[in-house]
Amino acid sequence: MKSELKRSNAPIFWGLFGAGGMLAALFGPMLVVITGVAVPLGWLPAKTMGYQHILNLARNLIGKGLIWALITLLLWHAAHRIYHSLHDIGIQGGPLAKLLTYGIAMAGTVITLVALLVMGF
Amino acid sequence: MNQRRPYVRPMTGWWKKNPYFVEYMVHEGSALFVALYAIVLLVGVLCLMSGPAAWNGWLAALASPLSVLLHLIILAMVGYHSYTWFKIMPRTLPPVIIAGRRLSARCITTSGLAAVAFCSVALWLLAWGCA
Repeated sequence: MKSELKRSNAPIFWGLFGAGGMLAALFGPMLVVITGVAVPLGWLPAKTMGYQHILNLARNLIGKGLIWALITLLLWHAAHRIYHSLHDIGIQGGPLAKLLTYGIAMAGTVITLVALLVMGF
Repeated sequence: MNQRRPYVRPMTGWWKKNPYFVEYMVHEGSALFVALYAIVLLVGVLCLMSGPAAWNGWLAALASPLSVLLHLIILAMVGYHSYTWFKIMPRTLPPVIIAGRRLSARCITTSGLAAVAFCSVALWLLAWGCA
């Protein structure tokens, strides 16, 4: 008997997948409507996504947290789902597949965090 | 050397033969659109960091007909993700026992979809009120 079993890292990635999936399910559709359709077509006032307005949001600590959580959790959700679906289309998972899924999510996490911090408080 | 050439059942396109698996591939495929939307937002954050000109450029790009069409497709796929997320939830959630009875699948799915409706209305009102 092994006295110490290696701890799996699966719960971490599954947790990120679940959190991102829940966020996308609850808020995703309306966010896409607002940023991708309603504001561009003028159904909502242009000020909704005005530079100063969104900059204020991104400089607020809570706003920063919300933007960071939204973008990164969506990326981790998608990365996990795409990685595990590769098997279904006959692609073996491996370091390259991980780099192109979880790697992109990790890069997005860092880039978003740095950008939000650069904008100041 | 191995001289045997055993028959290996080809697996390409396996999911196209059964509507159940087609649906499975579509809902798994929604992840591509979730990723796409996250990247659109990530580009927006980078434009916001670069200043008003870059931000307005991003807004102008979002207002192009091609972008609106793309967002309608993203909306359809993310909306389908929402629906399937809660449709599958009775099977992804551990059994919920309330007053000695297991919470029905229908109740879990309906509550989830009601939560989507509530969050959507709240978000719209927030965007409307903040403007």
